[in-house]
Amino acid sequence: MRTIIFFLLVAQFLLAGSALAKEDFLEVTIADPYTELHTGPGRAYPIFHVIDRGEKIKILKRKTDWFKVRSAKGVEGWVHRNQMEQTLTASGQKLDFNEATLEHFTKRRWEMGLLGGDFDGAASLSLYGSYYFVPQLSVELLGTQAIGNFSSNLILSTRLVAHPFPEWRISPYFALGTGIIDTTPKATLVSTTDRQDNIGHVGVGADVYLTKRFVLRLEYTNYVVFTSRDENEEINEWKAGFAVFF
Amino acid sequence: MESRIRSIFLRAMQTLLVGMASLLSHTLLAQEPVSTQGEQVIVPELERRTIQEPKIDTEDFEVGVYAGALSVEDFGVNPVYGARLAYHVTEDIFTELTVGTTKTSKTSFELLNGSIQLLTDDERNFTYYDIGLGYNLFTGESFFGKRAFNSDVYALGGIGNTHFAGDDHFTWSIGAGYRFLPNDWLAIDIRVKDHIFSSDILGVNKTTHNIEVVGGLSIFF
Repeated sequence: MRTIIFFLLVAQFLLAGSALAKEDFLEVTIADPYTELHTGPGRAYPIFHVIDRGEKIKILKRKTDWFKVRSAKGVEGWVHRNQMEQTLTASGQKLDFNEATLEHFTKRRWEMGLLGGDFDGAASLSLYGSYYFVPQLSVELLGTQAIGNFSSNLILSTRLVAHPFPEWRISPYFALGTGIIDTTPKATLVSTTDRQDNIGHVGVGADVYLTKRFVLRLEYTNYVVFTSRDENEEINEWKAGFAVFF
Repeated sequence: MESRIRSIFLRAMQTLLVGMASLLSHTLLAQEPVSTQGEQVIVPELERRTIQEPKIDTEDFEVGVYAGALSVEDFGVNPVYGARLAYHVTEDIFTELTVGTTKTSKTSFELLNGSIQLLTDDERNFTYYDIGLGYNLFTGESFFGKRAFNSDVYALGGIGNTHFAGDDHFTWSIGAGYRFLPNDWLAIDIRVKDHIFSSDILGVNKTTHNIEVVGGLSIFF
Protein backbone atom coordinates (compact mmCIF):
# COMPACT_ATOMS: atom_id res chain seq x y z
CA MET A 1 0.00 0.00 0.00
CA ARG A 2 2.75 2.37 1.02
CA THR A 3 4.65 1.72 -2.21
CA ILE A 4 1.49 2.41 -4.25
CA ILE A 5 1.05 5.74 -2.49
CA PHE A 6 4.72 6.49 -3.09
CA PHE A 7 4.41 5.78 -6.82
CA LEU A 8 1.24 7.85 -7.05
CA LEU A 9 3.04 10.74 -5.37
CA VAL A 10 6.00 10.38 -7.72
CA ALA A 11 3.65 10.23 -10.72
CA GLN A 12 1.80 13.30 -9.51
CA PHE A 13 5.06 15.14 -9.00
CA LEU A 14 6.24 14.21 -12.50
CA LEU A 15 2.93 15.23 -14.08
CA ALA A 16 2.92 18.50 -12.17
CA GLY A 17 6.46 19.08 -13.35
CA SER A 18 5.59 18.50 -16.99
CA ALA A 19 2.44 20.66 -16.72
CA LEU A 20 4.52 23.46 -15.27
CA ALA A 21 7.09 23.13 -18.01
CA LYS A 22 4.40 23.35 -20.69
CA GLU A 23 3.35 26.88 -19.81
CA ASP A 24 6.80 28.26 -19.88
CA PHE A 25 8.47 27.79 -23.27
CA LEU A 26 11.05 30.12 -24.72
CA GLU A 27 9.63 32.05 -27.67
CA VAL A 28 11.87 33.29 -30.46
CA THR A 29 11.41 35.04 -33.80
CA ILE A 30 12.83 33.71 -37.06
CA ALA A 31 15.42 36.11 -38.49
CA ASP A 32 16.65 33.95 -41.38
CA PRO A 33 14.65 34.08 -44.64
CA TYR A 34 13.20 30.72 -43.57
CA THR A 35 13.73 27.84 -41.16
CA GLU A 36 13.35 24.18 -42.02
CA LEU A 37 11.45 21.74 -39.83
CA HIS A 38 12.52 18.09 -39.83
CA THR A 39 10.31 15.23 -38.66
CA GLY A 40 12.96 14.04 -36.19
CA PRO A 41 16.12 15.13 -34.39
CA GLY A 42 18.61 14.25 -37.13
CA ARG A 43 19.71 15.39 -40.58
CA ALA A 44 18.39 12.17 -42.13
CA TYR A 45 14.80 12.95 -41.15
CA PRO A 46 12.87 14.63 -43.98
CA ILE A 47 12.00 18.34 -44.04
CA PHE A 48 8.21 18.64 -43.98
CA HIS A 49 7.56 22.29 -43.20
CA VAL A 50 9.12 25.73 -43.58
CA ILE A 51 8.61 28.74 -41.32
CA ASP A 52 9.15 32.24 -42.77
CA ARG A 53 11.07 35.19 -41.41
CA GLY A 54 9.25 37.15 -38.71
CA GLU A 55 7.19 34.23 -37.45
CA LYS A 56 7.36 33.27 -33.81
CA ILE A 57 8.20 29.77 -32.62
CA LYS A 58 8.21 28.16 -29.20
CA ILE A 59 11.12 25.92 -28.20
CA LEU A 60 9.72 22.78 -26.60
CA LYS A 61 12.82 20.68 -25.98
CA ARG A 62 16.29 19.80 -27.14
CA LYS A 63 17.97 16.54 -28.18
CA THR A 64 21.70 16.78 -28.96
CA ASP A 65 21.95 19.62 -31.52
CA TRP A 66 18.27 19.57 -32.46
CA PHE A 67 15.42 21.64 -31.07
CA LYS A 68 11.77 20.69 -31.12
CA VAL A 69 9.74 23.80 -31.92
CA ARG A 70 6.08 24.71 -32.33
CA SER A 71 5.04 27.35 -34.85
CA ALA A 72 2.25 29.89 -34.30
CA LYS A 73 0.01 27.64 -36.39
CA GLY A 74 0.75 24.70 -34.11
CA VAL A 75 3.08 22.75 -36.42
CA GLU A 76 5.75 20.87 -34.45
CA GLY A 77 9.11 19.81 -35.86
CA TRP A 78 12.85 19.72 -35.27
CA VAL A 79 15.31 22.50 -36.16
CA HIS A 80 19.12 22.29 -36.12
CA ARG A 81 21.16 24.48 -33.76
CA ASN A 82 22.77 26.37 -36.68
CA GLN A 83 19.35 27.68 -37.69
CA MET A 84 18.21 28.27 -34.12
CA GLU A 85 21.21 30.54 -33.60
CA GLN A 86 19.75 32.82 -36.28
CA THR A 87 16.58 33.50 -34.28
CA LEU A 88 15.90 36.49 -32.04
CA THR A 89 14.69 36.44 -28.45
CA ALA A 90 12.02 38.78 -27.05
CA SER A 91 14.76 41.29 -26.16
CA GLY A 92 15.83 41.38 -29.81
CA GLN A 93 19.09 39.56 -29.27
CA LYS A 94 20.40 36.52 -31.05
CA LEU A 95 19.74 33.29 -29.21
CA ASP A 96 22.91 32.13 -27.50
CA PHE A 97 23.09 28.53 -26.34
CA ASN A 98 26.19 28.96 -24.23
CA GLU A 99 27.99 26.02 -25.81
CA ALA A 100 31.03 24.89 -23.87
CA THR A 101 34.38 26.26 -25.01
CA LEU A 102 38.03 26.08 -23.96
CA GLU A 103 37.24 28.74 -21.35
CA HIS A 104 34.58 26.52 -19.79
CA PHE A 105 37.14 23.69 -19.81
CA THR A 106 39.60 25.88 -17.88
CA LYS A 107 36.97 26.83 -15.30
CA ARG A 108 35.32 23.43 -14.96
CA ARG A 109 34.01 22.40 -11.54
CA TRP A 110 33.01 18.75 -12.01
CA GLU A 111 34.42 16.10 -14.26
CA MET A 112 33.53 12.44 -14.81
CA GLY A 113 35.37 9.96 -16.93
CA LEU A 114 36.08 6.40 -17.98
CA LEU A 115 39.51 5.01 -18.69
CA GLY A 116 40.82 1.76 -20.08
CA GLY A 117 44.38 0.57 -19.92
CA ASP A 118 47.09 -1.83 -18.95
CA PHE A 119 47.64 -2.59 -15.26
CA ASP A 120 50.91 -4.50 -15.15
CA GLY A 121 49.77 -6.81 -17.96
CA ALA A 122 46.16 -7.00 -16.83
CA ALA A 123 43.35 -5.16 -18.58
CA SER A 124 42.06 -2.31 -16.44
CA LEU A 125 38.88 -0.25 -16.40
CA SER A 126 38.57 2.92 -14.35
CA LEU A 127 35.79 5.28 -13.44
CA TYR A 128 36.56 8.63 -11.84
CA GLY A 129 34.89 11.79 -10.67
CA SER A 130 36.66 15.06 -9.82
CA TYR A 131 35.83 18.29 -8.11
CA TYR A 132 37.92 21.40 -8.78
CA PHE A 133 38.45 23.74 -5.83
CA VAL A 134 40.31 26.12 -8.12
CA PRO A 135 41.38 25.52 -11.73
CA GLN A 136 44.83 24.43 -10.47
CA LEU A 137 43.72 21.90 -7.87
CA SER A 138 41.16 19.11 -7.78
CA VAL A 139 40.23 16.14 -5.64
CA GLU A 140 39.36 12.85 -7.32
CA LEU A 141 37.62 9.60 -6.46
CA LEU A 142 38.89 6.74 -8.56
CA GLY A 143 37.67 3.16 -8.88
CA THR A 144 39.69 0.70 -10.95
CA GLN A 145 39.04 -2.91 -11.82
CA ALA A 146 41.97 -4.84 -13.26
CA ILE A 147 41.35 -8.27 -14.71
CA GLY A 148 44.47 -10.41 -15.11
CA ASN A 149 45.28 -14.01 -15.90
CA PHE A 150 45.94 -15.00 -12.29
CA SER A 151 43.90 -12.57 -10.27
CA SER A 152 41.55 -9.65 -10.45
CA ASN A 153 41.97 -6.44 -8.48
CA LEU A 154 39.60 -3.79 -7.31
CA ILE A 155 41.20 -0.49 -6.29
CA LEU A 156 39.45 2.39 -4.61
CA SER A 157 41.43 5.57 -4.09
CA THR A 158 41.18 9.27 -3.41
CA ARG A 159 43.77 11.68 -4.67
CA LEU A 160 44.81 15.27 -5.04
CA VAL A 161 45.57 16.46 -8.55
CA ALA A 162 47.57 19.57 -9.44
CA HIS A 163 46.98 21.20 -12.84
CA PRO A 164 49.74 23.80 -13.23
CA PHE A 165 48.54 25.08 -16.61
CA PRO A 166 44.73 24.86 -16.57
CA GLU A 167 44.34 27.31 -19.46
CA TRP A 168 46.23 25.12 -21.92
CA ARG A 169 44.31 22.98 -24.38
CA ILE A 170 46.65 20.11 -23.48
CA SER A 171 46.79 20.52 -19.73
CA PRO A 172 49.30 18.36 -17.83
CA TYR A 173 48.63 17.20 -14.28
CA PHE A 174 50.29 15.44 -11.36
CA ALA A 175 48.43 13.24 -8.91
CA LEU A 176 49.15 11.86 -5.48
CA GLY A 177 46.75 9.43 -3.89
CA THR A 178 46.03 6.66 -1.45
CA GLY A 179 43.50 3.88 -1.15
CA ILE A 180 42.88 0.16 -0.81
CA ILE A 181 43.42 -2.74 -3.21
CA ASP A 182 41.38 -5.90 -3.06
CA THR A 183 42.97 -8.91 -4.76
CA THR A 184 40.97 -12.00 -5.72
CA PRO A 185 42.96 -14.90 -7.20
CA LYS A 186 41.49 -16.89 -10.09
CA ALA A 187 39.04 -19.56 -8.93
CA THR A 188 40.73 -22.16 -11.15
CA LEU A 189 44.09 -21.68 -9.40
CA VAL A 190 45.15 -23.61 -6.33
CA SER A 191 43.26 -21.99 -3.53
CA THR A 192 44.83 -18.81 -2.22
CA THR A 193 42.75 -16.45 -0.15
CA ASP A 194 41.50 -12.97 -0.96
CA ARG A 195 43.53 -10.19 0.49
CA GLN A 196 43.20 -6.48 1.03
CA ASP A 197 46.13 -4.07 1.22
CA ASN A 198 46.74 -0.36 1.41
CA ILE A 199 47.98 1.25 -1.75
CA GLY A 200 49.58 4.57 -2.60
CA HIS A 201 50.19 6.06 -6.02
CA VAL A 202 51.71 8.88 -8.00
CA GLY A 203 50.43 9.73 -11.43
CA VAL A 204 51.35 12.00 -14.28
CA GLY A 205 49.10 12.70 -17.23
CA ALA A 206 47.37 15.18 -19.46
CA ASP A 207 43.81 16.34 -20.09
CA VAL A 208 43.24 17.26 -23.72
CA TYR A 209 40.23 19.44 -24.48
CA LEU A 210 38.50 17.98 -27.54
CA THR A 211 35.20 19.72 -28.20
CA LYS A 212 31.99 20.70 -26.44
CA ARG A 213 32.19 19.11 -22.97
CA PHE A 214 34.64 16.36 -23.92
CA VAL A 215 38.11 15.69 -22.64
CA LEU A 216 40.65 13.05 -23.60
CA ARG A 217 42.74 11.85 -20.66
CA LEU A 218 46.07 10.02 -20.79
CA GLU A 219 47.86 8.87 -17.66
CA TYR A 220 50.75 6.89 -16.28
CA THR A 221 50.43 5.76 -12.67
CA ASN A 222 52.93 4.12 -10.38
CA TYR A 223 51.34 2.17 -7.52
CA VAL A 224 53.01 0.93 -4.38
CA VAL A 225 51.12 -1.86 -2.60
CA PHE A 226 51.93 -1.98 1.13
CA THR A 227 51.74 -5.76 1.51
CA SER A 228 51.91 -7.74 4.73
CA ARG A 229 54.98 -9.49 3.29
CA ASP A 230 58.52 -8.16 3.71
CA GLU A 231 58.62 -6.40 0.37
CA ASN A 232 56.27 -3.82 -1.05
CA GLU A 233 54.97 -4.45 -4.52
CA GLU A 234 55.22 -1.92 -7.34
CA ILE A 235 52.74 -1.76 -10.20
CA ASN A 236 52.82 0.39 -13.33
CA GLU A 237 49.66 1.37 -15.12
CA TRP A 238 49.05 3.13 -18.44
CA LYS A 239 45.59 4.27 -19.31
CA ALA A 240 43.56 6.46 -21.64
CA GLY A 241 39.94 7.47 -21.80
CA PHE A 242 37.28 10.10 -22.14
CA ALA A 243 35.66 12.48 -19.70
CA VAL A 244 32.88 15.03 -19.64
CA PHE A 245 32.91 18.20 -17.52
CA PHE A 246 30.22 20.43 -16.08
CA MET B 1 49.49 105.77 -31.82
CA GLU B 2 49.56 104.42 -28.36
CA SER B 3 45.92 105.41 -27.71
CA ARG B 4 44.85 103.72 -30.93
CA ILE B 5 46.45 100.45 -29.95
CA ARG B 6 44.84 100.76 -26.52
CA SER B 7 41.38 101.34 -28.02
CA ILE B 8 41.72 98.26 -30.29
CA PHE B 9 42.84 96.19 -27.36
CA LEU B 10 39.95 97.43 -25.21
CA ARG B 11 37.40 96.73 -27.94
CA ALA B 12 38.77 93.22 -28.34
CA MET B 13 38.49 92.69 -24.58
CA GLN B 14 34.93 94.00 -24.64
CA THR B 15 33.80 91.64 -27.40
CA LEU B 16 35.46 88.75 -25.66
CA LEU B 17 33.76 89.53 -22.34
CA VAL B 18 30.32 89.99 -23.93
CA GLY B 19 30.76 86.76 -25.80
CA MET B 20 31.75 84.88 -22.66
CA ALA B 21 28.88 86.34 -20.67
CA SER B 22 26.29 85.38 -23.29
CA LEU B 23 27.74 81.86 -23.54
CA LEU B 24 27.69 81.53 -19.75
CA SER B 25 24.10 82.72 -19.53
CA HIS B 26 23.11 80.25 -22.27
CA THR B 27 24.57 77.28 -20.53
CA LEU B 28 23.07 78.36 -17.24
CA LEU B 29 19.67 78.68 -18.88
CA ALA B 30 20.00 75.30 -20.48
CA GLN B 31 20.93 73.66 -17.19
CA GLU B 32 18.19 75.32 -15.24
CA PRO B 33 15.18 73.05 -15.86
CA VAL B 34 17.17 69.90 -15.05
CA SER B 35 18.73 71.32 -11.92
CA THR B 36 15.47 72.67 -10.53
CA GLN B 37 13.12 69.81 -11.38
CA GLY B 38 15.58 66.95 -10.95
CA GLU B 39 13.34 64.49 -12.84
CA GLN B 40 12.51 63.42 -16.38
CA VAL B 41 10.30 65.74 -18.36
CA ILE B 42 8.47 62.90 -20.08
CA VAL B 43 7.88 59.76 -18.09
CA PRO B 44 7.20 56.80 -20.44
CA GLU B 45 4.06 54.94 -19.52
CA LEU B 46 5.59 51.60 -20.49
CA GLU B 47 7.51 49.75 -17.85
CA ARG B 48 10.47 47.76 -19.12
CA ARG B 49 9.89 44.08 -18.53
CA THR B 50 12.67 42.04 -17.08
CA ILE B 51 12.75 38.97 -19.27
CA GLN B 52 13.67 35.69 -17.71
CA GLU B 53 14.35 33.23 -20.45
CA PRO B 54 13.07 29.76 -19.56
CA LYS B 55 15.56 26.97 -19.72
CA ILE B 56 15.24 24.55 -22.60
CA ASP B 57 14.54 20.99 -21.54
CA THR B 58 17.30 18.75 -22.89
CA GLU B 59 16.73 15.06 -23.46
CA ASP B 60 20.17 13.65 -24.14
CA PHE B 61 20.07 10.85 -21.57
CA GLU B 62 18.28 7.56 -22.03
CA VAL B 63 17.57 5.02 -19.31
CA GLY B 64 16.01 1.65 -19.87
CA VAL B 65 15.54 -1.98 -18.96
CA TYR B 66 15.69 -5.05 -21.14
CA ALA B 67 15.09 -8.79 -21.10
CA GLY B 68 15.91 -11.61 -23.46
CA ALA B 69 18.07 -14.65 -23.92
CA LEU B 70 21.82 -15.04 -23.43
CA SER B 71 23.64 -18.03 -24.82
CA VAL B 72 26.60 -18.75 -22.54
CA GLU B 73 29.09 -21.00 -24.30
CA ASP B 74 28.85 -24.55 -22.87
CA PHE B 75 26.32 -23.42 -20.25
CA GLY B 76 23.08 -23.22 -22.22
CA VAL B 77 20.74 -20.48 -23.31
CA ASN B 78 19.25 -18.64 -20.37
CA PRO B 79 16.92 -15.72 -19.69
CA VAL B 80 18.83 -12.47 -19.13
CA TYR B 81 17.75 -9.17 -17.54
CA GLY B 82 19.53 -5.88 -17.59
CA ALA B 83 19.49 -2.13 -17.42
CA ARG B 84 21.26 0.51 -19.42
CA LEU B 85 22.04 4.21 -19.27
CA ALA B 86 22.97 6.06 -22.44
CA TYR B 87 24.14 9.57 -23.21
CA HIS B 88 23.58 10.85 -26.73
CA VAL B 89 26.64 12.93 -27.57
CA THR B 90 25.54 13.94 -31.05
CA GLU B 91 22.75 12.81 -33.32
CA ASP B 92 25.11 10.05 -34.51
CA ILE B 93 27.11 8.95 -31.47
CA PHE B 94 26.08 7.73 -28.04
CA THR B 95 27.86 6.15 -25.11
CA GLU B 96 26.25 3.69 -22.78
CA LEU B 97 26.70 1.73 -19.62
CA THR B 98 25.02 -1.69 -19.51
CA VAL B 99 24.58 -4.11 -16.63
CA GLY B 100 22.98 -7.52 -17.05
CA THR B 101 22.66 -10.83 -15.27
CA THR B 102 21.60 -14.40 -15.95
CA LYS B 103 21.70 -17.74 -14.18
CA THR B 104 23.40 -20.32 -16.36
CA SER B 105 22.23 -23.91 -16.67
CA LYS B 106 24.22 -27.15 -16.64
CA THR B 107 26.63 -28.20 -19.36
CA SER B 108 25.83 -31.26 -21.46
CA PHE B 109 28.56 -33.08 -19.57
CA GLU B 110 26.88 -32.39 -16.23
CA LEU B 111 23.49 -33.44 -17.60
CA LEU B 112 24.84 -36.77 -18.87
CA ASN B 113 26.71 -37.49 -15.62
CA GLY B 114 23.97 -36.70 -13.16
CA SER B 115 26.13 -36.49 -10.04
CA ILE B 116 28.94 -34.26 -11.28
CA GLN B 117 28.76 -30.50 -10.60
CA LEU B 118 31.31 -28.25 -12.31
CA LEU B 119 30.18 -25.07 -10.58
CA THR B 120 28.52 -24.22 -7.31
CA ASP B 121 25.12 -22.57 -7.34
CA ASP B 122 26.68 -19.17 -6.71
CA GLU B 123 29.26 -19.61 -9.46
CA ARG B 124 26.50 -20.21 -12.02
CA ASN B 125 25.50 -16.53 -11.88
CA PHE B 126 26.73 -14.71 -14.95
CA THR B 127 26.86 -10.92 -14.43
CA TYR B 128 28.36 -8.45 -16.84
CA TYR B 129 28.83 -4.73 -17.22
CA ASP B 130 30.18 -2.86 -20.18
CA ILE B 131 30.92 0.63 -21.34
CA GLY B 132 30.15 1.03 -24.99
CA LEU B 133 30.15 3.44 -27.86
CA GLY B 134 27.28 3.36 -30.33
CA TYR B 135 26.87 4.79 -33.78
CA ASN B 136 23.51 5.38 -35.45
CA LEU B 137 24.08 3.87 -38.88
CA PHE B 138 20.65 4.25 -40.45
CA THR B 139 18.55 7.04 -39.02
CA GLY B 140 15.14 7.41 -40.60
CA GLU B 141 11.53 6.45 -40.47
CA SER B 142 9.71 3.14 -40.17
CA PHE B 143 6.24 2.90 -41.63
CA PHE B 144 3.33 1.09 -40.05
CA GLY B 145 0.37 1.44 -42.37
CA LYS B 146 0.26 5.13 -43.20
CA ARG B 147 1.96 6.29 -40.04
CA ALA B 148 5.67 7.01 -39.93
CA PHE B 149 7.76 6.59 -36.79
CA ASN B 150 11.33 7.65 -36.16
CA SER B 151 13.83 4.82 -35.93
CA ASP B 152 17.56 4.08 -35.87
CA VAL B 153 19.68 1.08 -36.69
CA TYR B 154 22.88 1.28 -34.68
CA ALA B 155 26.17 -0.53 -34.17
CA LEU B 156 27.74 -1.00 -30.75
CA GLY B 157 31.19 -1.77 -29.42
CA GLY B 158 32.46 -1.83 -25.87
CA ILE B 159 34.68 -3.15 -23.14
CA GLY B 160 33.72 -4.41 -19.74
CA ASN B 161 33.86 -7.18 -17.21
CA THR B 162 32.02 -10.46 -16.87
CA HIS B 163 31.80 -12.19 -13.53
CA PHE B 164 31.20 -15.88 -14.08
CA ALA B 165 32.29 -19.12 -12.42
CA GLY B 166 33.76 -17.13 -9.53
CA ASP B 167 36.10 -15.16 -11.79
CA ASP B 168 36.28 -11.81 -13.51
CA HIS B 169 36.86 -11.86 -17.25
CA PHE B 170 37.82 -8.86 -19.32
CA THR B 171 35.16 -8.72 -22.01
CA TRP B 172 34.86 -7.19 -25.47
CA SER B 173 31.38 -6.65 -26.77
CA ILE B 174 30.06 -5.95 -30.25
CA GLY B 175 26.51 -5.70 -31.38
CA ALA B 176 23.80 -4.03 -33.38
CA GLY B 177 20.30 -2.93 -32.66
CA TYR B 178 17.12 -1.35 -33.89
CA ARG B 179 15.58 1.53 -31.95
CA PHE B 180 11.97 2.42 -32.60
CA LEU B 181 10.53 5.66 -31.19
CA PRO B 182 6.73 5.76 -30.77
CA ASN B 183 7.13 9.35 -29.53
CA ASP B 184 9.90 11.79 -28.49
CA TRP B 185 10.69 10.31 -25.12
CA LEU B 186 9.99 6.60 -25.45
CA ALA B 187 12.08 4.01 -27.29
CA ILE B 188 11.60 0.33 -28.00
CA ASP B 189 14.87 -1.41 -28.58
CA ILE B 190 15.83 -4.77 -30.07
CA ARG B 191 19.49 -5.73 -30.06
CA VAL B 192 21.92 -8.56 -30.60
CA LYS B 193 25.23 -8.42 -28.75
CA ASP B 194 28.19 -10.75 -28.53
CA HIS B 195 30.18 -10.83 -25.28
CA ILE B 196 33.66 -12.14 -26.04
CA PHE B 197 36.06 -13.20 -23.30
CA SER B 198 38.69 -15.84 -22.74
CA SER B 199 37.94 -18.46 -20.14
CA ASP B 200 39.60 -21.52 -18.62
CA ILE B 201 36.54 -22.84 -16.79
CA LEU B 202 36.69 -26.18 -18.62
CA GLY B 203 40.44 -26.63 -18.11
CA VAL B 204 41.83 -25.13 -21.31
CA ASN B 205 42.04 -21.47 -22.12
CA LYS B 206 39.70 -20.54 -24.93
CA THR B 207 37.88 -17.54 -26.34
CA THR B 208 34.17 -17.80 -25.72
CA HIS B 209 31.39 -16.05 -27.63
CA ASN B 210 28.24 -15.40 -25.66
CA ILE B 211 25.48 -14.09 -27.85
CA GLU B 212 22.60 -12.17 -26.41
CA VAL B 213 19.25 -11.25 -28.00
CA VAL B 214 17.19 -8.77 -25.99
CA GLY B 215 14.24 -6.44 -26.25
CA GLY B 216 14.00 -3.32 -24.12
CA LEU B 217 12.09 -0.24 -23.26
CA SER B 218 13.72 3.10 -22.47
CA ILE B 219 12.86 6.72 -21.85
CA PHE B 220 14.73 9.90 -22.72
CA PHE B 221 15.22 12.56 -20.08
